[in-house]
Amino acid sequence: MGGIYALMSIGLNLIFGVIKVVNFAHGEFLMLGMYIAYWAFTLYGLDPYVSLPLVAISILALGALTQGLIINPLLKTKEINQVLATIGLMIFLENLALFLWKSDFRSVLTAYSAASISIGEMRISFARLLAFAVAMGTALAFYALLTKTDVGRRIRAVAQDAEAAELMGIDHRRIYIATFGLGGALVGVAAAAMSPIYYAFPTVGALFGPTAFIVVVLGGLGSFIGAMIGGLIIGIVESIAGVLTNAELAKAFAFAIFLLVLFRKPTGLFGERARV
Amino acid sequence: MLSVKGLSVAYGEIQVVWDLNLEVGKGEKVAMVGPNGAGKTTTLKSIVGLIPPKSGRVEFLGEDITGKHAHDIVRKGITLVPEGRRLFPKMTVIENLELGAFTPEAKAKKGDTLEWIFQIFPVLKERRNQTAETLSGGEGQMLAIARGLMSRPKLLMLDEPSLGLAPKLVAQIFASFERLHEEGMTILLVEQFVAKALSFAERGYLLERGRIVKEGAGEELLRDEYIRKVYVGG
Ligand SMILES: Nc1ncnc2c1ncn2[C@@H]1O[C@H](COP(=O)(O)OP(=O)(O)OP(=O)(O)O)[C@@H](O)[C@H]1O
Ligand SMILES: [Mg+2]
Repeated sequence: MGGIYALMSIGLNLIFGVIKVVNFAHGEFLMLGMYIAYWAFTLYGLDPYVSLPLVAISILALGALTQGLIINPLLKTKEINQVLATIGLMIFLENLALFLWKSDFRSVLTAYSAASISIGEMRISFARLLAFAVAMGTALAFYALLTKTDVGRRIRAVAQDAEAAELMGIDHRRIYIATFGLGGALVGVAAAAMSPIYYAFPTVGALFGPTAFIVVVLGGLGSFIGAMIGGLIIGIVESIAGVLTNAELAKAFAFAIFLLVLFRKPTGLFGERARV
Repeated sequence: MLSVKGLSVAYGEIQVVWDLNLEVGKGEKVAMVGPNGAGKTTTLKSIVGLIPPKSGRVEFLGEDITGKHAHDIVRKGITLVPEGRRLFPKMTVIENLELGAFTPEAKAKKGDTLEWIFQIFPVLKERRNQTAETLSGGEGQMLAIARGLMSRPKLLMLDEPSLGLAPKLVAQIFASFERLHEEGMTILLVEQFVAKALSFAERGYLLERGRIVKEGAGEELLRDEYIRKVYVGG
């Protein structure tokens, strides 16, 4: 799960770092992505890794629309309105899912869902390994996009100084739309990679959204590396604690680590100020 | 080239610029001077579209650009080098410069422009792969000016470029303005450093509490009794 957490958190952190808005609907984006993967599998027999691009693009569109239609019009008002808007969106999406798909747990059972690889005494689930690899690959590709491409450079410019970026001819509102979209696409990839290993249900976002927040704060606001390492740490702590105790206690362990780090370093592991 | 007519600007309820008229002709070097809080920065930001004016009109090359977005106005050929430099701190010198060349024409000429800029500010070439936050104050200001030039502007507006610099560096950047002027650049310079700015400029405006209180040729303003007493100190 570490890779999945890392991807979600990188997306959340990106949106926060550039737009200065906390996306409370982040977990619900994941939930919708998981449903898209589920239906693509159930109705059309598409493996989640085949439907992955579709899921990523759908959530990208959802993110871009959220920014373009909801947040951008609120930019000139008090910041609290933008936060309230994402909370509203979170509640709306969760209820929409409840209405459309009831509260059933739905799972994607692929041929490899139960397969595992043994290394000595250890048995690692193949689906989890694959999810991890895809998540890490996506994170690296995203990092390259941010540092090596024109769009990435513009996004970083807006994150560092939106007004100065305007003076360079960059339309910061369009960059905001691209940013929210990219953050969404990362969640979409996470959702597809996660669907062979976890159930889709309307409140699954409420389970994983908060974890992403913990990771972002743990790693440091605005830090890409922080979100990545933070995701891995929380993922590893949860899985080790999960083996030793049980899943509920594992979440508590992750939270304990989070508090410990914050007591020692309030800005998070890699944080200074909100910068990408 | 630039013509500002009856410009009024307010932050919410508080008006800070009143009925301001200002002209800059092609190839001219013009200075706007005034004390802290007079409204100089506000005026420039309003011209480039960062703050929408309350009333009045801004024309550039005969076109009405009032109320247009800042990112569109850059494309028309006005560049503002903002007060306090406003570099992208985590990016290298080269990345900062490349961000300045945003328009298609500027992008096409990027190589030439870079060469030209490194001639004017050789130190930037040495520092090209350093992040902007590691530059000294003077180097940072040079980068801010250079970044502004990357868009190949027709009108270059500078907001207090000498702020916080040692006299030697001030002389150096003023020399670069002279050079740009000789190459045909139109310059609108905002300064608190009144004597320096007025001896540089062909024409000047004095702004106080949001209103233009004096205007005229640079030398003429330098000899003005009020300006000598209040701003030049003797
Ligand atoms: N964002 C803002 N909101 C409200 N008032 C502002 C804002 N920015 C500036 N002001 C006010 O507007 C007036 C003019 O400010 P401005 O920055 O334009 O002056 P200035 O001439 O550039 O001063 P300085 O020489 O210190 O840079 C000041 O009274 C200032 O307090
Ligand atoms: Mg100012």
